Amino acid sequence: MITADLVADAVTKRFADHTAVDALSFSVARGSFFSILGPSGCGKTTLLRMIAGFIAPDSGDIVIGGRSMQDVPPNRRPVNMVFQQLALFPMMTVGENVAFGLARRGMDRAERTRRSHAMLERVGLSGAAAKRVDELSGGQRQRVAIARSLVLEPTLLLLDEPLGALDLKLREHMKIELKQLQAAFGTTFVYITHDQSEALVLSDHVGVMNHGRFEQLGTPQDLYYRPQTPFVAGFVGANNRIVGRATRRDGELIEFSTADGWTLRARAHGSIVVGDAVEGFVRPEAATLSRQIAELPAGQPMHAGQVQSLLFDGANSAVLLQEARTRREFRIALPQTGQFSDLKPEEQVLFSFDPERAACFPARAGATG
Amino acid sequence: MPTSRWHGRLTLGLLLAPAVLWLGALIVLPHTDLAILSFRERVAPHRYVASLAQYKTFFTEPLYWHVFVRTAIMSVVATLLTLLLAFPIAWIIAKLLKGRASSLLFILCLIPFWVSETVRTLGWMILLRESGVLPSLLMKLGVTDAPIEFLYHDATILVGLIYTSLLFMVIPLISSLESLDDSLIEAAYDLGAGGFTVLRTIVLPHAAPGITAGCIIVFMLTLGNYLTPTLLGGKNSQWFTEQIYTQFITRFNWEEGAAFGFLLLILSTVMVMVGLRITGQRFGDVMRRT
Repeated sequence: MITADLVADAVTKRFADHTAVDALSFSVARGSFFSILGPSGCGKTTLLRMIAGFIAPDSGDIVIGGRSMQDVPPNRRPVNMVFQQLALFPMMTVGENVAFGLARRGMDRAERTRRSHAMLERVGLSGAAAKRVDELSGGQRQRVAIARSLVLEPTLLLLDEPLGALDLKLREHMKIELKQLQAAFGTTFVYITHDQSEALVLSDHVGVMNHGRFEQLGTPQDLYYRPQTPFVAGFVGANNRIVGRATRRDGELIEFSTADGWTLRARAHGSIVVGDAVEGFVRPEAATLSRQIAELPAGQPMHAGQVQSLLFDGANSAVLLQEARTRREFRIALPQTGQFSDLKPEEQVLFSFDPERAACFPARAGATG
Repeated sequence: MPTSRWHGRLTLGLLLAPAVLWLGALIVLPHTDLAILSFRERVAPHRYVASLAQYKTFFTEPLYWHVFVRTAIMSVVATLLTLLLAFPIAWIIAKLLKGRASSLLFILCLIPFWVSETVRTLGWMILLRESGVLPSLLMKLGVTDAPIEFLYHDATILVGLIYTSLLFMVIPLISSLESLDDSLIEAAYDLGAGGFTVLRTIVLPHAAPGITAGCIIVFMLTLGNYLTPTLLGGKNSQWFTEQIYTQFITRFNWEEGAAFGFLLLILSTVMVMVGLRITGQRFGDVMRRT
């Protein structure tokens, strides 16, 4: 990596009954968009609040812009945060909100006004300075919250699920806007979210967090196509998960069977020997659907199923099948060609997938099919 | 439907009846009577004429308006001191403590009010009088050679007034501080503000209606208090309510007493209006927010 704006070194935080952040180490390159993705309760908020300085780590160090942040209070860190509920000051105008941090630096009024107006213009809110916060729409408030932080030119901008409170349409729009803002300002963004689509769309790098640790840290493509743990495979993107026991090993490929006798093949990740409990994952778009054997790609193991329901969602449409013998659910993405637009529930179909594109991990403790 | 509208009006009327009766019988009526009393003068037994003599006496007799001004100033001081003391308490209850600890502290603030005000004030007298607990304790500890009389000082009156008023300041403050979103404080801190700046730019503007409401209540209670200044201040208390009492009960000069009562009402109204003007707030907003 080039210069790192944020380095976490074995950062640990324990609360009474559990370890929220467990000896976490990572670094974030200058000017990049870094996301921490995880389910609620995984410790991502604790981590973010430690970076901001609201809580102190029990052990380990956080280095921002090359300087250790030990004993540095939040108001002296080169870090600003966009809060989940935005936390705009209702007792001030939009302009005063943006100028708040500048005033704390002792800047004179004229310069403050000039800079806050320039910043509002950059986020597309010129002329809103005199408005009250509650006169703005959700998306506009979002931009004010970001402008209020960016006007201070922080080394690091922290974002705590800022899109969570918006409705779906606006969220999609703000996602794009956030990415463009980050590119335009070049500030390092650290973004936490439980929404894998936000993390994938926005980030240069994503850390997938679970139980206070990173399960995997990599580019969105890495996480999606090369998950290293069953948690990442299950959490990032849609996936069919099949639990079974390894019955045969053929180089990098594992053949495994479910308890009720469905046999599949997938690429092995981690050490798996015959007889081990495994978790297999097949992406809905990795499988091919067909009505005739001849139309399936040659050389792939064939499976049969019955259409259970059609999940129409425009370009993301899928079909939910039941495997012929075991009645297990299996989801397959429908091709955009409209080839299967006449598919009906109860219909018998065939499907196959390339075992190289399916992943098989040693089963986690407590994993059941 | 005419009948249902008539029914609606009847219901509304019945619902409002207790409030209207209350206002009419206990506030408007006696005050009208007082107003009439204050504007008349007795020229002979059972013979009265309309005059401004009662008000003229007030302005020409230095003692009266001296006591009047003193009461106003002491009440303002007591209100401000109560605010200074109540704010940290309300902050601790509303922001620092959670759950049981917070309710417990609030109940501790409430408990003294289970005892009657007279008994509470007499308690202070037992503690503070020359042969009381505090002077003898100070002597035992060797701080003073002879017992000190703590009663009958202005400071003692203030202590008593603050003690009596504290709860009425704490309650509106708690409710206005509780509604302050913690993330606003964190955001201000995150943007570079120190503790004092957060207080000045975020907490106080948010709590302003609560502060104003508390101050209005405490000021009115203090200004109209009779018992505490009389018992703790003795002859030196010079509280305006005492003057009213003297006119009505000792001198049996109801006309003068009524005029004094009206002057006190005008004083509290003017002071509240000035206070609202200075802090840039509106009465309706303040009452709605608390």
